[in-house]
Amino acid sequence: MLQIEDLHATIAGKAILKGLSLAVNSGEIHAIMGPNGAGKSTLGYVLGGRPGYEVTGGSVTFDGQDLLALEPHERAAAGLFLGFQYPVEIPGVSNVQFLREALNAQRKARGEEPLSGGEFLKLAREKAALLRMDMDMLKRPVNVGFSGGEKKRAEMVQMGILDPRFAVLDETDSGLDIDALRIVGEGINAIMRHPGKGVLLITHYQRLLDYVKPDFVHVLAGGRIVRTGGPELALELEERGYEAVA
Amino acid sequence: MTPLPSRKNEAFRYTDLEALAGVWPVAPEEIVIGPGASEAMSVVELGANDVARHLVVTIEERGAFDLRVLNAGGGFGRIAVDVRLGEGASFTLGAAQLGSGGQTLELVTEVDHAARDAVSRQVIRSVLGGQATGSYLGKVAVARGSDGTDAGQSVRAMLLDRTATANARPELEIYADDVKCAHGCAVGELDPTGLFYLQSRGLTPPQAKRLMLQAFIAEAFTGAPDEQRLCEAALARLGEML
Repeated sequence: MLQIEDLHATIAGKAILKGLSLAVNSGEIHAIMGPNGAGKSTLGYVLGGRPGYEVTGGSVTFDGQDLLALEPHERAAAGLFLGFQYPVEIPGVSNVQFLREALNAQRKARGEEPLSGGEFLKLAREKAALLRMDMDMLKRPVNVGFSGGEKKRAEMVQMGILDPRFAVLDETDSGLDIDALRIVGEGINAIMRHPGKGVLLITHYQRLLDYVKPDFVHVLAGGRIVRTGGPELALELEERGYEAVA
Repeated sequence: MTPLPSRKNEAFRYTDLEALAGVWPVAPEEIVIGPGASEAMSVVELGANDVARHLVVTIEERGAFDLRVLNAGGGFGRIAVDVRLGEGASFTLGAAQLGSGGQTLELVTEVDHAARDAVSRQVIRSVLGGQATGSYLGKVAVARGSDGTDAGQSVRAMLLDRTATANARPELEIYADDVKCAHGCAVGELDPTGLFYLQSRGLTPPQAKRLMLQAFIAEAFTGAPDEQRLCEAALARLGEML
C-alpha cells in the first residue's frame, strides 16, 4: 500500500533522512520508534508534503501512485491523513466549517457528490461521540483554547470524519492522560483497523501500543530504519533503551 | 477648480496621481448626525471604475455614527473620511481593503475630537496580493480641553505576495491631558504552518487561504447592522483574488 524506498530528505540543507526504506501492506499497522532527532517527525512531514522538507533521493509510492509528485491537498484526497504532533490553531474558523469544506474538497477531487449540511453534522456527531468529544467543541474555532489532550482527540475526530485509507500519526499519544490515551487508542482501532487501510504510528513510548497493537515495530535512528521486529520489540526497547537495542 | 494635489501633501503621499487626475475634483459628501441621533452607513466599492470619495462627517453631541467600508473596486480606490466629534459623540469605522493586480487602495481618515468625552474606534484590515498597494493614513486630533477622549486605531495588513505593499500611518495630535489613544499596527503574511495544516486535510491552497483570512476580514465588520452582507461581499471578492 505504502512503499518507501531509500528515502533521503533535508531541511534547510541538513540531511535528516538518509536512506529510509519501509513497506506497509493494507491491513497492517506499523509503529516507528526512535530517539529524539532520529527523523521521525521529518518522515511524517515528508509524507504529508510540508514545504521546506526537501526530498533529495528515493521514492514513495502510495497505491502505485508517486506520492511525492502530489500537492498536500492531493495527497489528502488520495486517502492520506497526517496526524500532527502539534495541531495548529486557526482562529475564527469553526471545526465544523473547516471539516465540512475539507471533506467536500476531497470528495470533489475524487468525483463524489458533496455532503449536505445535515449529512455532515450527522457524521461529525457520530465521530465526535467515538472520541467522547462534545459536539459543542466542534463548533468552536479549530484547536483554539483546546488543551493538549483535546487537540489530539480533535485530530482523531478529524481522522474519523475524513476517513482516510492511510494514516501517519505523529506522536498522537503525547500530551494525553491515561484515560484519554485509551479513548484515542480505541478511536484509532475503530477508524483505521480495517483490511483496506494502513497506519504508521510514530511514537516515543510503548504505552499507546498497548491499545493499538502493531503488526511491526521499526526503530528509526540516524535517518534510517535500523531494526524491525514484532510487538515484542517495543517492549524490549522500553526495557533496555534505544542504545542497547539499536 | 481645486488643483490636483501633489505627493508632497501628506494625505496623498501614496496615491496614484495619474488615476486621481481622472476622478478629480472630488466633491465632498456632507453627513450630519444630529444631537443624540444614531446612524449607520456602508460604503461598498466593488466596481471596475476608479473611485475617489470624500466623506465629511459631523457628529453632534451624544450622536453616534457607524461607518463600514469595503474598498476593493477599481484600479484606484480612495476613501477619505473627515469626522468632527461633538461632546459625548461616538464614531465607529470598520474598513476592509482588498487589492490585487496593480490596484492602489487608500483610506485616509482624520478624526477630530473637538469636544470632551467622545469615543472613536477604527478597525482597518487589508489583504493585498500581486503588485497592489493598500494604504491607511489615519490622523486623530484631540483638541485642547477634550478631556475624556477615548480613541482607538487597530490597523492590520496581510500580504499574499512579497510584491504587494501596505502602508500604515497612524498619527496622533493631542492637546488635552485626560485622554486614551490606543493604536496598533501590523503587517504580516499568512502563517505557512497553518496553511499546510489546512491543505493536509484536503483544502486547495486558495480554499485554505480564504479560510485563514475570513476571520481577519470579518473583524472590520463585527457589529455592523449589515455585517453578514458585508462579510459575504468581502469573501466573494477575496475568492476572486486567490
